[in-house]
Amino acid sequence: MKKIDRSSKVRTGFHQAKWDEPVIFELTKPGERGILVTKANPEVQKAVEGTSVLPSFLQRETAPALPEISQPRVLRHYARLAQETLGADVNIEIGQGTCTVKYSPKVNDQLASLPQMREMHPLQDESTCQGIMQIMYDTNRYMCEISGMDRFSFQPSGGSQGILTMASLVYSYFKSKGQEKERNEIITTIYSHPSDAAAPHVKGFKIIYIHPDENGYPDYEAFKAAVNEHTAAFIVANPEDTGVYNKNVLKFTKLVHENGGLCGYDQANANGLLGVTRAREAGFDMCFFNLHKTFSTPHGCGGPACGATGCTKELEKFLPGPLVDFDGEKYFYNYEITNNPSAIGKVREFNGVAPVILKAYAWIRSLGPDGLYQVAKTAVLNNNYLFKKLMELHCVDAPYIPGKQRIEQCRYTLETLFKETGVSTADVQRRMMDFGMHYWQSHHPYYVPEPMTLEPTETPSKEDIDEYIETLKYVFDEAYNNPEKVKGAPYQSVCHQLDESNMDDPKQWAVTWRSYLKKFN
Amino acid sequence: MSVKGFKNHPYIPNSVPEVEQEMLHELGLNSLEELHAEVPDEIILKREMDLPEAFGSEYELRRHVEGVLKKNKTCADNLNFLGAGCWQHYVPALCDEINGKGEFVTAYGGESYNDFGRFQSLFEYESLMAELVDMEVVNVPTMDWAQAAATAIRMGCRVADRAQALVSGSIDRQKLAVIKNYCTPDLDIVEVAFDPATGCMDLADLKAKLSDKTGVVYFENPTYLGVMEVQGKEIADLTHAAGAQCVVGVDPISLGVVAAPRSYGADIVCGDLQPLGIHMNYGGGQSGFMATMDDPKYVLEFPSRLFGICCTNTPGEYAFADVAYDRTSFGHLREKAKEYVGTQTALWGITAGVYLATMGPKGMQEVGETIMQNAQYAAKQIAGLKNVSIKFSTPFFKEFVVDFSKTGKSVAEINKALLEKNIFGGKDLSKDFPVLGQCAMYCVTEVHTKEDIDRLVSALGEIL
Amino acid sequence: MKTLGLLINPIAGMGGSVGLKGTDGMYQEAVRRGAVRKANARTALALKALLPIRDDLLVLCPSGEMGEDLAREMGFQVKVVYSCGPDTTAEDTIAAARAMADADLLLFAGGDGTARDVFTAVGDQKVALGVPAGVKIHSPVYAIRPEAAGELALSYLKGACGQTREAEVVDIDEAAYREGRVNTSLYGYLQVPYERRFLQSSKAPSPLSERSQQVNIAWEMIDQMKPDLYYLVGPGSTTKTLMDVLELPDTLIGVDLICNKKLVQSDLCEQDILKRMDERETHLIITPTGGQGFLLGRGNQQLSAAVMRRIGRERLHVLATQEKLFHLHGAPLLVDTGDPEVDRMLTGYVRVIIGYMEEQICPIGAERQ
Repeated sequence: MKKIDRSSKVRTGFHQAKWDEPVIFELTKPGERGILVTKANPEVQKAVEGTSVLPSFLQRETAPALPEISQPRVLRHYARLAQETLGADVNIEIGQGTCTVKYSPKVNDQLASLPQMREMHPLQDESTCQGIMQIMYDTNRYMCEISGMDRFSFQPSGGSQGILTMASLVYSYFKSKGQEKERNEIITTIYSHPSDAAAPHVKGFKIIYIHPDENGYPDYEAFKAAVNEHTAAFIVANPEDTGVYNKNVLKFTKLVHENGGLCGYDQANANGLLGVTRAREAGFDMCFFNLHKTFSTPHGCGGPACGATGCTKELEKFLPGPLVDFDGEKYFYNYEITNNPSAIGKVREFNGVAPVILKAYAWIRSLGPDGLYQVAKTAVLNNNYLFKKLMELHCVDAPYIPGKQRIEQCRYTLETLFKETGVSTADVQRRMMDFGMHYWQSHHPYYVPEPMTLEPTETPSKEDIDEYIETLKYVFDEAYNNPEKVKGAPYQSVCHQLDESNMDDPKQWAVTWRSYLKKFN
Repeated sequence: MSVKGFKNHPYIPNSVPEVEQEMLHELGLNSLEELHAEVPDEIILKREMDLPEAFGSEYELRRHVEGVLKKNKTCADNLNFLGAGCWQHYVPALCDEINGKGEFVTAYGGESYNDFGRFQSLFEYESLMAELVDMEVVNVPTMDWAQAAATAIRMGCRVADRAQALVSGSIDRQKLAVIKNYCTPDLDIVEVAFDPATGCMDLADLKAKLSDKTGVVYFENPTYLGVMEVQGKEIADLTHAAGAQCVVGVDPISLGVVAAPRSYGADIVCGDLQPLGIHMNYGGGQSGFMATMDDPKYVLEFPSRLFGICCTNTPGEYAFADVAYDRTSFGHLREKAKEYVGTQTALWGITAGVYLATMGPKGMQEVGETIMQNAQYAAKQIAGLKNVSIKFSTPFFKEFVVDFSKTGKSVAEINKALLEKNIFGGKDLSKDFPVLGQCAMYCVTEVHTKEDIDRLVSALGEIL
Repeated sequence: MKTLGLLINPIAGMGGSVGLKGTDGMYQEAVRRGAVRKANARTALALKALLPIRDDLLVLCPSGEMGEDLAREMGFQVKVVYSCGPDTTAEDTIAAARAMADADLLLFAGGDGTARDVFTAVGDQKVALGVPAGVKIHSPVYAIRPEAAGELALSYLKGACGQTREAEVVDIDEAAYREGRVNTSLYGYLQVPYERRFLQSSKAPSPLSERSQQVNIAWEMIDQMKPDLYYLVGPGSTTKTLMDVLELPDTLIGVDLICNKKLVQSDLCEQDILKRMDERETHLIITPTGGQGFLLGRGNQQLSAAVMRRIGRERLHVLATQEKLFHLHGAPLLVDTGDPEVDRMLTGYVRVIIGYMEEQICPIGAERQ
């Protein structure tokens, strides 16, 4: 045998696991059991009436039509589905821009699986929960130091709920002044996450959008035209998904404050800013962090998560309560601070997603102040390295501030590629899957034509980034030489091109197996 | 050259100084400080953050966190009777095995081409849940029951094109707070009194409050206070007669033995998945579901993601994607229909799917039977204690309210004494429902043995 | 068996290649300058996508260069429904389009002039789609590229995409354009196939369709209306949706007047408007028309300087879908009332209603140079 040739920079031999798994209902075999269930003690059974106490209309007549599957077969089915899922553990996560998909340390998962975490009831006596309350209290302090805010609530359980909580804080603040009806407008930008508009709507706010100027900053002249006596708040991300940092942010927050409004910082893009700059110095009254993004607690296919929301002392009394405090000896729930008629009350049952808070805590403690700073710097270094390499390619461009640095991500445009080859960003996305790579376009509507949003975080190595670039180049070359190949992708993924034409048709859509059988039998 | 930062950190490959320098040079820079050139100097943090220094090793971190967590006293090491929205049930090993798979733990927002397993397992979750609740459409799960109820109430009000919701007065106070925050200022949330003798809804009060303004009537079965809402059918009928939508919250683990709410008139069903194979996690295991029939009138009102089944250009392939792309609220826009979707609790949805697939129809029936038997036994034994009674006469599922008012002791005192015996007594209701006096709500499930219950009863006997 | 109407304006695009801004009325000059015919080659790029369903497709077309030659050459089953001579005209386009009443989809190749002819022939009664082959392509009835038109046609004919949307037919006055002036007019709307394709991005909430955005916008405008005032409703599909929501008849390319959500008068001319303005406080609801973001002066000349002087900025309500604003990339909405002083008065920032309880701040400017 000769030495095996491993010189290819691109994983052309990749193939994702494809098991052609049935839908779980097709695995049913009457009589099989997945688990045996504890029966009540015979004496207990004898002593009580059991289900017969239910009035007849409340007695279930037929058992739910769940499948009957023995344990190894259930396990195998789900193990296969797991293999058909491209988690961050198994691929180079650069392609899911805006999501900050980074390494989630395994030790943190293990710590969160301890019985001292899992087997805790949220209503236990405070004396029995001092460990987790300490974690919550300290994590609150760390978040305050990282942002410059004075107090955090961990009830918001995702980024969108964080934004809802900020909008609710704004509502509460003006309600306490009797102005909740006049102060009914929230200003945001068209690049902001759609939830920056949708969540405030829930609190009855009108949304005023600002267009970016030629630098990609919110157009200050338009902003001036927007701010008035109805302005309740300005809610914005900085950097936005373009990776452009709005240098003039202080001017914006100042104008809002002069007009009596509040400023809320969507810190979904905070990964490149840890230890570098903070919400408070930029003039914000409140902010939220996605612990599942910036703070590495994993994404879990989309939660459980936490959108930890913090604010200044002035707004603290409106936060969802209770808040954890420490009296020098023990940790306790402080109900007093948030006990006022204008306060939000609650945005979640109990006190937040404790395992997520624990993992964020452990992550911060494994990095310390130097490490968090290193995270931000390396994330920005990685991104600007990627940015430079990609901008050298003929078919890639990125709008705004040419020649200047981006923060932790960038929204590129493949308009040239599309015009010259007919290959769209969606085609490139599907083709990248043939090499085991995620790739994300943009939120809708597309303001940047043929968008591609990449965020390397601090996790990939230089070699990983180079591999991602080489793979993109491979696909671009293919677009010029064999565009049909790219348009027909994917070929090496779990499935081929989806035909979603039934998904908008009530006669054909099927959200459940029973609907599918009803419609297609 | 500055050495600020943390070099060779195991989580940060490019913190290796040589690599860092190589990449900086590629950008024409000399130090990390030259990055962030776009952030104006006036808002640059000029000092190191005041945070504890990093642990020197993974082991030190583990030792520290384990040490802190050891201050917790668990429901595994103690005897727990707390419920009230978060319940101790047995978690089959498969549930932890699957939701611990790294691929699921670390996946996020990819397309079905590469996150296929995530799409399929969530479609299966929706399908399994639909069988349990006897509905046709189930969402990718939301934050918790409170969020699910709040959303279901908004959906129902949009369908009814009205702006008032009546909710049963026995609802969990914290859930009510979530609902109120989520629905204010658009909707008016009005409580309907409950009958202090039965724990069920006061139908006279319901009739008095129902009007042509009522969009939704929301009640739970079992109610927050544990009893079955035995008037479910009457409430649904009254609701529909008023032109309103009937939204019912339900404990899914009861549905192996208890009739699904659709059978007595529910239009939208919601609840929490936590009993289905998810550890309590100090309240971090909550996960909300909603379910309706497959009618565009309802489907188009879901703000959540709905994964559906579709085909591909290759015969014989299943695939999964989002149903009703253009989901919005045609015709109901005046109710400010927009809600949001984002990261919620997908992993718990997958877990609940694994639970239902593992339990099967028999398992769900049996667990319901065991729970009811154990809970009834506990109630019966407790009721045998002097000056102690079960507050409501109505049948209950797994929770029941114990009235200690005549013992001369407060629930707080009793629970403190129980704690000394390593027992977590039932939830003290005296603050949330002062009308009930000194009452506590006990939760008994399949995890409790006869010995556990007998131990509780004898402990209570000693204390009182 | 599906039927496709195929209509090629064989001389489309000739003017552009030889420095003429359009070919309308300039064919001879274009030929003199040595222009070659490219429309058939462009159309072939589109038809290539339909080859897989060739056996299940009947192509209805005019004779010769207007469709027959190309369709036969590519092996489609052909039925000639209209005969034309060698030098084809706009009349041929109109007559041929009318002869294709049976087609499931009318695929036409040309430019804005051709789209106008097709609109004259079929109005909104036929689903049609343009293959871009002309010099001027401002009408969004055209796909971005010929191949995209082919793919969309394929998907529509296969029944995979059943939805349609109204797309504008706009044209500029070529004679004025050649002299460096841009004068766009809105002629009407064609029904074009609308496909949800690769649009989806999993972690974003679904964008609203254009139609539902317009309904959202209409509700917001209705909420902002005050009782007993006059509201002039300008032309455009977004303002038409407002009238639809109010269940009022609409003059698609004219100005209507409403009060208390009831129609007062349809299709007002300038003099009608000025007369009505004497009766009550009058507001104006308009949407940018045409492809260049013109608020005034293109396709709504009734809204003259005299009218606008009295409306002012205070009583001006602008509606637009966010997508439409995106295409402007921050460039101002344009006003060209013919009176520089009035144009100046209208200049500044305006709140454009883009959805229910959603507005965007947009600049208004005088005409671009």
